[in-house]
Order: sequence, then structure tokens, then C-alpha cells
Amino acid sequence: MSNIPETGRTPRVQIRLIVIQVLVFSLLLTLGGRLWYLQIRQGKEYTDEARSNHVQQVVQPAVRGSILDARGVPLADNETRLVVSASRTELLKMKDDGKAVLTRLAGVLGMKPKEVRDKVRLCDAKTPQPCWNGSPFQPIPVTNKATTQQALTIRERAEDFPGITAEPAAVRRYAAPGKSRTAQVLGYLSPVTDQEIQEAKNTDSPFLRSDQVGRSGLERTYDKALRGKAGVTRYEVDNLGRVLGEAESDPGRPGSNVVTSIDARVQAVAEYELDAAMKAARKEPDRNTGTNYKADSGAVVVMESKTGRIVAMASMPDYDPNAWVGGISAKDYARMTGKESNLPLLNRAIQGQAAPGSIFKVVPTTAAVNAGYPFNGTYPCPSSYSIGSQVFKNFESQGHGSITLGRALEVSCDTVYYGLSHKEWQKDGGMKPKKDAKDWFYKTAHQFGLGAETGIDLPNEVKGRVPDRRWKQSFWETNKAWWCKNGKKGGDYVQQLSYENCLEGNLMRAGDSVNYSIGQGDTLVTPIQMAVIYGAISNGGTLWNPTVGKAIVSPDGKQVEEIKPTAHGRLPMDAKTRDLMDGALAGVAERGTAAWRFGQVGWPQKKIPMHAKTGTAEVYGKQTTSWFATYTKDYTVVMTIAQGGTGSGASGPAVRNIYDALYGLDDAGNQDLRRALLPTPQRTLPKILADGTIEAPEIKPYDPDSQKVPDGTSPPALAGPPATGRRD
Amino acid sequence: MAGANSFSVPRYTPEKGAWSRLTARDSMVRRLDWPLLFSALALSLLGCLLVWSATRNRTELNQGDPYSFLFRHALNTGIGLVLMTGTVWLGHRTLRGAVPVLYGLSVVLVLLVLTPLGATINGAHAWIKLGGLSLQPSEFVKVTIILGMAMLLAAKVDAGDQLHPDHRTVAKSLGIAVLPMAIVMLMPDLGSVMVMVVIVLGVLLASGASNRWIFGLLGAGVAGAVAVAALGVLDEYQINRFAAFANPDLDPAGVGYNTNQARIAIGSGGLYGEGLFNGHQTTGQFVPEQQTDFIFTVAGEELGFIGAGAILALLGVILWRACRIARETTELYGTVVAAGIIAWFAFQAFENVGMTLGIMPVAGLPLPFVSYGGSSMFAVWVAVGLLQSIRVQRPLSA
Repeated sequence: MSNIPETGRTPRVQIRLIVIQVLVFSLLLTLGGRLWYLQIRQGKEYTDEARSNHVQQVVQPAVRGSILDARGVPLADNETRLVVSASRTELLKMKDDGKAVLTRLAGVLGMKPKEVRDKVRLCDAKTPQPCWNGSPFQPIPVTNKATTQQALTIRERAEDFPGITAEPAAVRRYAAPGKSRTAQVLGYLSPVTDQEIQEAKNTDSPFLRSDQVGRSGLERTYDKALRGKAGVTRYEVDNLGRVLGEAESDPGRPGSNVVTSIDARVQAVAEYELDAAMKAARKEPDRNTGTNYKADSGAVVVMESKTGRIVAMASMPDYDPNAWVGGISAKDYARMTGKESNLPLLNRAIQGQAAPGSIFKVVPTTAAVNAGYPFNGTYPCPSSYSIGSQVFKNFESQGHGSITLGRALEVSCDTVYYGLSHKEWQKDGGMKPKKDAKDWFYKTAHQFGLGAETGIDLPNEVKGRVPDRRWKQSFWETNKAWWCKNGKKGGDYVQQLSYENCLEGNLMRAGDSVNYSIGQGDTLVTPIQMAVIYGAISNGGTLWNPTVGKAIVSPDGKQVEEIKPTAHGRLPMDAKTRDLMDGALAGVAERGTAAWRFGQVGWPQKKIPMHAKTGTAEVYGKQTTSWFATYTKDYTVVMTIAQGGTGSGASGPAVRNIYDALYGLDDAGNQDLRRALLPTPQRTLPKILADGTIEAPEIKPYDPDSQKVPDGTSPPALAGPPATGRRD
Repeated sequence: MAGANSFSVPRYTPEKGAWSRLTARDSMVRRLDWPLLFSALALSLLGCLLVWSATRNRTELNQGDPYSFLFRHALNTGIGLVLMTGTVWLGHRTLRGAVPVLYGLSVVLVLLVLTPLGATINGAHAWIKLGGLSLQPSEFVKVTIILGMAMLLAAKVDAGDQLHPDHRTVAKSLGIAVLPMAIVMLMPDLGSVMVMVVIVLGVLLASGASNRWIFGLLGAGVAGAVAVAALGVLDEYQINRFAAFANPDLDPAGVGYNTNQARIAIGSGGLYGEGLFNGHQTTGQFVPEQQTDFIFTVAGEELGFIGAGAILALLGVILWRACRIARETTELYGTVVAAGIIAWFAFQAFENVGMTLGIMPVAGLPLPFVSYGGSSMFAVWVAVGLLQSIRVQRPLSA
């Protein structure tokens, strides 16, 4: 260059040209570096992001399996309904957050605008039901009971309803065949929460945003089987969502059907009879309080004695499980959970606990035999039993002389058990227990499975309580502060009791063990626990884990996974004691406290031996709890009514009617097998055809009058209690 | 002809055939800058493929003919080559005489944009629609500003009257630039104005104008940018583009969408790319304006680091050759014109590629040679013609 004549090429220009060149190449290098960073360093991340960008998932939700009764009658299945949903994401794009649209929608659906707005708000700690606890990105159902006209209005005026859809969808139906609601046993569904999605993310059954999850009852226990697996088809799409091709897909699997041992017909009878018994009890005056019985809640369990399978399980008050379908309304939710509601969601057969009263006596009877008191020995049954200054009265202050343990069960003599329990308490060292205290009466209760879950295949079963020394100690430690603060010597009943508890509430006092021996005091049991115990006495001693589910059957009926009952123990008694006890309990039905419900009123005791035990538990500040535990060789029926009166009085007729329906008996004891609902337990499983249809028999609602005897041959009467000899 | 060869040594030559004349040692063809031509042509042809890939699925653009953009880009390239040849044939010195006319014509064209003939595309009112043709006059203005300023700045220096252009000349030349820039600003086509500012800077730098002008202009630019932002002269879409640049995750479905999708496309290409026509982002049309402003994302996704890097390398070759041409020519006019073109190409490429890579805010600027668009293609090829002419007409090295 130096030999080129310089015309106007000054060093300034030369330097500046070099500056320009340097600048230009640094810009290019910057681009190159950044390109390397994006493509090589972070390429993987962007590849993943691109993938999620252009792959769209289309989810075909799995149809939830049905819950069937023992003969295939669907207790819970699905139906197609018109569902109107609102998309929150669309609504929030509007200036007023969709308020105007929702108000218009409320008008079309005949709902209150607030009701609609509440349904589409998101649940959080401060928001009461109704609210949406599913994914905010998923359309939120406003109603699933839209009429065709409403759906058409919404679709035709789509421009007035942005973000609102009206489409047919499969929704859960609880059909209540034969008026058997089976509410608490079936449970209910609600949308999956974000937390559940997170938790189930890496398990073998992850949730989808749109999933409904069983929240209680069978819907919850068998949720995984019922839910199936949603099919996911992945499409390659362009920016407008147009499909370019199909990527890998996961085929769906519809939910399996759960066959239960419930018989819808028996269930209907159980529900009807429990309700009727409670209504009847409310008309009965209570001599102790001077008012009628409140009979505010009750439960009944019908169980197969030999397997522990549940044939019917009812709990009152109950509710219509369909109220949960498609999001529960504020009114319904308040009715089910409010203070005034009396908690219909509770399945009192497994979640209600109360002192058992005299139906508990099979436990102390066994305890006495195991402690060395012969079953057929004689024990005094005076009208009252005194410990120091305390007097423990027999029921209705009646004495029976000296009697065997069997007779004590029959007439339900309290003082026999007072005496035996007191003696054992003294042997164990009384207030200062020996190191090797036998605690026969408490140990036996634990051996009977009390104070522990029975292991039924329903969620949230409660344990009940055996008030043994350990429990007393821990209970005292929890409560002594309050007792010692509020206790007052010579004060009113509560103050005096608190005072005593403060001093020695951790100790097993003579009075405690005497009260305990007849199932009073702090003892708590659930109906299902008592059903398991009486079922075990019937079947020779096996304590079954009760089951409602009988089999899980694939939708095409081809794969059947039977749910085999398992046992959690055996009764602590030998065969001889079992037989003697069995005889005594038959005696109760024949000539004892339950005779006026069975033996004396036309029960075919020879043909179908009935065994029974009545119980009337006292609860401080409340009316007595009615208990009635019964069994035949095939069935065990336990009923309880809180604040309902005596065992045989309040629950007796209902239990009798349930047996009549099972065996096809009329009030006079004539058996008509054509009318018998289930003279022997259902052994076979219902047939499910390959196309998914289920062969289920027609089912008629229960007609309580069907057991009436034609005029003229009326039996001696279910009319009134016998004057004497009754003890619940 | 005589003008084009006026620097060759005059001597008697017998009649020769056309081929001999073309291949003669002193012929124009032999003296062309072949690496420059090759790179520009390679970029244009690569552009054909990328534009094709970006548009073959966009039926709303190509009216059902997947090849239409391929053909049109190729046609534009062909017209560009003709324009380059014409420019070289005429020579930048000959053109110097026509600069006032060309400049006036370009100003009239930008003014036409503001008349009912103007059309708005992508928020920028920068086009003239004439029948089926749409022209973007701001592209031609870039050329005429360079030529106009260079003519004024170099006149007295090349005549030997001055060592460097005096203040009066610099001020006049700035006036030449500011008039069309103001009109373009009114469209508003902020991206083009930014390029023109950089062009003016490059031209002034190379002209040897005093440092005061350079720094003063830089300062004025910064102050102007601040004032524009503060006074709210910018349209909402322009502010949003800057906001999205500052934080691309701001609104991934809205203003940040372009940059986000662009980066995903480029990032997912990796080293070798997904192969031409196989890019998911491209096939799925996730990147808007992919055949024009975001053409680089097609290269990034489908050709990978190797392909996208090749584009940068080819641009590098063009700029390198241009820098050489600027340094080696003996007259200031040529130097200034070349420097203006360098500033133009470099900044426009940096802005265009930089925005797809997320290091520059989004501005509607085409990638020279590669992006689809007739006006841009014609302008850059004319610029190549100018560079070639400057090279051809420099004195032969001894």
C-alpha cells in the first residue's frame, strides 16, 4: 500500500477504518459466542422446551368403574349428562374477571349469580365451600344438570358466553337401587388437588388434572382400581394447534368394576328399618328424662358370619351421595357438615363409638371362664352389689338367685359380673396392682379385638377404647390439669367426679372395674367391632376383617381379582365355652331378654336358630344407647341407636324385620323362600360381559308390609314388652 | 466503457474477442472481489432454502404454493445480481453525478409512504403498495444517504483542497441524512432509523470528520434516545418490545412470545440442527415473521450451530472484504461509501441476529441477503455493486 499515492488518506482515516473493522468483528464474535451458548451449552434445555411447545396432549379420561352389589346391581355407575363448565383462564382475561358472563350464565341456568361465582372461585384456606379445589387451568363445572335447552342456548350464543362450554360428559351416578342409598359406604368423589398431583407424580398411578378422586367409603378404598388410566394421545402441532402428526401415545385403560358383598335389597331393608326404628323410638317416652327419646343417630351392620363379608351397612342420618357429583352446593355442604347437621357423612357403623352396655357381656363371660370360673358354676345374682358405701344396682333392681354364667347372659344379670370383676380386681392387687396382675377382663377385651380397628376395607375406621390401666394412666395425664382445677370436694356431680379423678384418676378403682364389666363407663366400641365378635362366636371363633369389596373385575369381565377375606385373630375361648355361650345366646332369643322379639313371637327357632344379646348403655347427660347384637349360622346383625332406649325395645323390631326379609319369613314365622332375599349368602360373582354390560337382576323397593300375616292368623303380638324378665 | 476503464493504463490494443477482453489481466471481471461476490451469493442462495423452509407450510402466505417464496427469493437475488452488475458497469464515480437525482428520488419515495399509497405491515408504516408490488423505500434511503453524504464529505478532500472535511461540510452532510431519517421516523420505522444513525456514524468516522462531531453525535444519540423514551413518542408496541427484551419471560404468550420462540428454535438446533425442513419450531410456525426478520431462527434450528455459524462466517467474509476495499481505495469517496456500507451491514446483521439470540431488542430489520424481501435484497446488492466498483476502479498494485 505504501507505494500507492496517498490522496486524502490521512492517518486519522486509516486509524478510524481499523477501529471500524475491530468493532465490526467484535460484533460478529459476540453473535458467534451467543450462538454457541444457546445451541451447544444450553441446547438440551431448549430442545426440551421445543418439545413441550410442539407436542400437545389430548387426554381421554378413563371411565370410572362401577361399584356393584353382590348380584351385579350397580350401586355407583356413570351416566351422560350435559355439563356446563367455565374456563377460569378465559374469564380472567376479561376486564371484569368474567363477572358479566357468569351473571348471564346464572340467568340461563336459573341459578343465583353468587352461586355460580362461588363455584368457580378457587379453594384456599380462607374460602369456604363451595369452591373449586381442582386445577385452575381445567374447566370448572358449574352444573352437570343442564337441560338440553340450556346447553343449546349457551352454544348458540357462544359470543355472549366466552369461556363457557356446554358438553355431554360422563358423570358419577349413585342410583340407589331399590332405595338403598348406601351413602357412607360408597363415599363420594371430588376433584384432585394440586398437592395430590404432586405426591402421585412419580408413582405408578399419577393423576391427571381432570381426575376425580374418591374421598371416602369404597370410592376411596378402591380408588385406584376404579379410576383406571386415562389415555393420552400426543400430537405434534403447529402454533395454532393444528395437528401435524401423531407422536407416542399411552393407551388408556377404563376403570375396573368393584363387586361388593352388599345386597342392594338387604341394604334397602336395613336402611328402611333403621330409619323406621329411629322414628318409632322418637315416639317413645323416656322414663329417666321425661321426654321422648331423641334417637338422633343409629347404625346397623348385616354381615356374613362365616366370612365377615358385609351384606348391608347403614348409618343414619345419611345423605344423597349424588349431591357431590359435579361440585357440591353451599346448601348441601352446610347440610352435611354444619353444626346442625348431625354429621351424616359419618359412617357410624365404623366411625361411631359408644359404650356397648350388656352386649359386651360375652367378653367378661369369656374372661371369667379363662380366669378359672366354670361356665356352669353358680354365681349369685342379687338385686344390688355393694363396694364400701357404693351400691351398684342390677337393672331394674331385680335379683335372680344363684345362676350359671349362661343364665347370667340370658337374663343379663349385672351383679354376677360385678362380683366376678371385683374379685379379680382384688386378686390383681386392687388400687396397688401386682406386677404380674392378670387383668383378665381387660386382656380378654383386647383379645376380642376391641380397642383396635377390625381392618374393614373402608377408610377411617375408629378403634373404640378398652379402659385398662394403661389407658387410665395416659388419660389422667392428659386431663389432670383440668380435673384438679375444676374439681371440688362435695360439689355437684361433675365437680365431685373431677375432684376424685384429680386425686386418683390414674388408678383402676373398684368402681371402674365393676362398671367396665358390664360394658359401661369409659368403654367404647363400634358396631362393626361387635359384629365381628358376634360373627366369630357364630363361626366358631374366627375374627374376620370385615370386607365390603368382594372382587375387582376388569371392564370386559375377563380378569377377576377376588378379594379374599382375611382374619385378624381368634376368640380366646375353647370349643366347649363357645358352644355353651352359643347356647346361652340362643337362650336369650328363646326365653331371655330378646325373647319378645324372637322366641315368643313366631321366630322359627328350630329351623333357624337365632342368637341374640341386648344392650342398653348409659351415657352421662344423654339418653340410653340401644344395642342389639344377633346372629344365625349365616348372618350377624348388629344394630345401635343413640339416645334410642333399650336394646330390644328400640332396635328389636328392626333387626327382626331384617332377618324376616333375609329368610323370607312373615311375622308368624312362615318361610316363603320365593320372598327370601338371601336365605344363604351370595356365593357367585355377577357376570360381566365382554362388552362391559352387566347382567343384573331387576330390583324392587322394599315393602315393609310384605311380612304382615294375612288377617286372622295374627301372631301373639309384637306388641309390648313382657312384664318381667327383660333385661337389656 | 471509457469511464469504467479510465484507471487502466492506456495503450494500444488490437481488436480482441469478448472472451479475451473479459479475461484480460486488467479486465473488470478479473479485478472483481470474488470472495465478496461468492459470499453474498452464497448467503442469498442459503436464504432461498431458509425462506422456502419457513414458508412452505404457511399456506396463508404462500397461497398454497410451497415454492412461491423460494422462487421469489431467487428472483430477487437475480434482480439483485443484475443491479450489482449495472452498478459495477456504471461505476461508483459515474453514479456520483447522479447522486442528487437518486437522493431526491429516494426522499420522494419515503414521502410517498406517508401518503395514501403507504401501507402498514407489522405495526410499521414503511411500505408503498403499487399494484402487486410492495416497496420499502427506507432500504433505498440507506444507500442514498451513504452516497449523498460521501459525495459532500469527499468532494473537497478528493480535490485536494482539504485534509479533512470542514465543519460546514459535515453539517451539510448531516442535513442530507437527517431529512429522510426524520421522514422514516414519522412512519414510524424505528429499526431503519437506528441503522441510518449507525450509517451516519460510520460515514463520519471514515470521512475523517473531527472527533467533536463523532462524540457530539454519539452524545446526541443517547440524549435523543432518552428524550424519545421520556416523552412517550414511542408506540406501545415499541415499548413492549424493549420490555420483552429486558425480561423475555415477562409475557411468554404476548410480547415476549417472539423472542422466546426464536430462542427455543435456535437453542433446540444444537450442533448439527434438525435438518432442513425438519425443525419442529419452523414446521409448526411457532416463530412469527420467520421468513423475514426471524429467518436466522430457521438456520439455527434446522442447520444447527454449523449452519448458523456459516451464515455469520459468510457475513464476516463480506465485511472483511468491505473493510479491505475501504482501506485500499485511494480516494476518500470510495472509502466513505465502503465504510457506510460496512456500518450498515454490520449493524443490521448484529441487530437482526442479536434479537433472535435475545441479546438485542426486537426491531423489524431484515438480515442482509438472507431475509425475504425485495427492497432489502435490491439495496444490499446495489451496495455490493458499489463495493465491487470501488475495488475495480482502484489503481492496480504495482
